[in-house]
Amino acid sequence: MTHNASDPLLAGLAGLTVDAPAGLLDRVAARWVRVPGPIGEVSVAFTDQGVAYVHEGDDGFAGAFRERFARPLLPAARPPAGLVPALRTGRAATLTLDLRGLTPFQRDVLLAARDIPRGEVRPYAWIAARIGRPTAVRAVGSALAGNPVPLLIPCHRVIRSDGAPGQYVFGAEAKERLLTAEGVDLDRLRGLAHDRVFYLASDTTGVVCFPTCHNARRITPAHRHGFRTLPQARAAGYRPCRSCRPAAAA
Amino acid sequence: MSLTDCLDPVRKALLDDLDAGFAELYSEHRGVVFTTALRMSGAWSDAEDLTAEAFLRAYRALTGYDAARIAALQPRAWLLTILLNVWRNCARTRSRKPPPDLRDEPIDTPDPREGVEDAAVRRETGDELHALLGHLPAEQRAAVVLRHVVDLPVAEIATVLKVPQGTVKSHISRGLKRLRALGGAR
Repeated sequence: MTHNASDPLLAGLAGLTVDAPAGLLDRVAARWVRVPGPIGEVSVAFTDQGVAYVHEGDDGFAGAFRERFARPLLPAARPPAGLVPALRTGRAATLTLDLRGLTPFQRDVLLAARDIPRGEVRPYAWIAARIGRPTAVRAVGSALAGNPVPLLIPCHRVIRSDGAPGQYVFGAEAKERLLTAEGVDLDRLRGLAHDRVFYLASDTTGVVCFPTCHNARRITPAHRHGFRTLPQARAAGYRPCRSCRPAAAA
Repeated sequence: MSLTDCLDPVRKALLDDLDAGFAELYSEHRGVVFTTALRMSGAWSDAEDLTAEAFLRAYRALTGYDAARIAALQPRAWLLTILLNVWRNCARTRSRKPPPDLRDEPIDTPDPREGVEDAAVRRETGDELHALLGHLPAEQRAAVVLRHVVDLPVAEIATVLKVPQGTVKSHISRGLKRLRALGGAR
């Protein structure tokens, strides 16, 4: 039973070897890069499906990735297309993400948070209402705390309705710095909340918004009216804004 | 450490850094694993899925192994054991239809579901021999592929298949006999 070139069957079998196709390793292993982020360097892991994990700095990055994904992690030659600009501008809506491994609930929460534009914030209850689980406000908080791709899914733009930033993967202090850098005036929000104002309406447009909505920021003081609840604003004849969609949280 | 000095580069790398070592493990054994997956499953896309799954399972197992266990590993045989387990699990869940009956089926009929890549592979390398392998019972096919396609010694095949060497030899000789009969019948 030795290999024999004169035996066509054995020669034929020996000729059946093939190499694994190029790129197959990337279906198994993730790649990592270190890139600049809005509040310092971040370590980013990505797979052939998209960006999977963003970690502040490099301390504990590999261990945390292994714990969470149980996949080999190899260095990447370069960052995936669009990652660096997305981190720089805070606009990451078109970046491909790998959200496998999340529960459907977590995924719903994160995808709802993904729509919040730079410079604006929404309350936790708004996310809960948008995904059809209006009473799951605390669970929304936990799902956001487990966001594997902070910054790229802007979970920092979800804050408490009293204007306090609330918890954040990178710490509450980082959350406040990020929001300030994006142009959110948290002191003003806290002032409004102190006066029990959670919605702003314009008597020229007849529209009621969340205070950070780009439409609300254009209302001049003379035409601005604050409301504690959406039903109160509606009773006064205002309709919910179609950009910031406060009706989702009513 | 004197223990690691006599180890091959793959196991050394695994002991040194699991992730970098995994990359070494992959580049060293990917051809054998992929070839086995392709010749066992018969289809290119299945072979890709099986290979990726086997290497991922291997990595996950390695994260729980201590240094002594990694040092004692026979990486190639171990990977092929994992691959064949993955393949058996897949084959079991898919076994809706019974295996083809060779006696009334012309063996070189192209599979209508065969993709472009598979057809290319068949023409380039395997041709009808690849298809003939599909007509062997699983244990004979595994023994023939491991011995005569990827060129493993009988002792290592016995480790992979977890059967005595004598059984491996009889699987191989019966498999070859059957291949010759099938080939000659054309």
